[in-house]
Amino acid sequence: MAKLTKRIGALVLRLAAFGAALAALIVMVTSRERASFFAVSLEAKYTDMAAFKYFVIANAVVSVYSFLVLFLPKESLLWKFVVVLDLVMTMLLTSSISAALAVAQVGKKGNANAGWLPICGQVPKFCDQVTGALIAGFVALVLYVLLLLYSLHSVVDPFLLQKS
Amino acid sequence: MAVAKLVLAATSGKSSKILLGLRVLAFLATLSAAIVMGLNKETKTFVVGNVGNTPIKATFTAKFQHTPAFVYFVVANAMVSFHNLLMIALQLFGGKTELTGFRLLSIAILDMLNVTLLSAAANAAGFMAEVGKNGNKHARWDKICDRFATYCDHGAGALIAAFAGVVLMLIISAVSISRLVQPNKCSISTTAASTSVVP
Repeated sequence: MAKLTKRIGALVLRLAAFGAALAALIVMVTSRERASFFAVSLEAKYTDMAAFKYFVIANAVVSVYSFLVLFLPKESLLWKFVVVLDLVMTMLLTSSISAALAVAQVGKKGNANAGWLPICGQVPKFCDQVTGALIAGFVALVLYVLLLLYSLHSVVDPFLLQKS
Repeated sequence: MAVAKLVLAATSGKSSKILLGLRVLAFLATLSAAIVMGLNKETKTFVVGNVGNTPIKATFTAKFQHTPAFVYFVVANAMVSFHNLLMIALQLFGGKTELTGFRLLSIAILDMLNVTLLSAAANAAGFMAEVGKNGNKHARWDKICDRFATYCDHGAGALIAAFAGVVLMLIISAVSISRLVQPNKCSISTTAASTSVVP
């Protein structure tokens, strides 16, 4: 009975992580804004920054992986491999969020020493959508850390609770 | 019985020697990345204009503190190298302490945390360096590497060391996790083997 609730809990967690990664992906991809000031028209897309492209790709990989693991049968031997893959996915998520945050912070505050002006003043809706995508990515990261700890606990039995 | 098997597997010669070697390499890589980026500074004077016949010179400095991503890079690399130093010291000087189940688990979890920390730091600094090297014409950000070449070169060296550290830490983390799994695999009783597969 306890095993069933644990298993359902893990499934719900993975579904939530899949949803969060998918939401981050979609919100980032649909962020687009056209602004014109003086005679110049400026269009801000997510493909302008390499870090945002990496964020989209990383979240796509994580979504596909979560979706596939949702259907993994209970007695499969692949669950040991899932521990390693969960670690790799967590690494992907942290690195993508970190990179996108670093670039977005420069976009919001600028970098006075390098002479880079902030762009959020000209394209506020783009900035808001990117912020939303980053928040969703962060939620996916937290859920993935929990999932990693759970996979480690269930596959490896580190506290040696099960009598041999 | 299981505890004895765990201790035997964890202190077995081959895997701990490989782990020690990997940890020394990772310690050196992350320490050098932190130091090279921490001492990264370049000062240059440029001519910014002319008043009549005399040129006006202004001095500009490129420091790693100007970019928050690089500050995080230095801090994270310092933390990971400190963690590796602690683990090396534990392995070399804590020879007689028994590696019980909880200690092995905490080593594995700390290794995983440090892997994610280091990969985030290396990645953030990498993308910021890419913006600094190529600029971004959509946001009208000029590149700075054509003017501060030494700063960019040192930063690139630190980044390469950090990415090498990421790969090494990933292998170390995998080895630490496998040291947790080993006693289950060695166990002769079938109940332990079957319960370890069901999540």
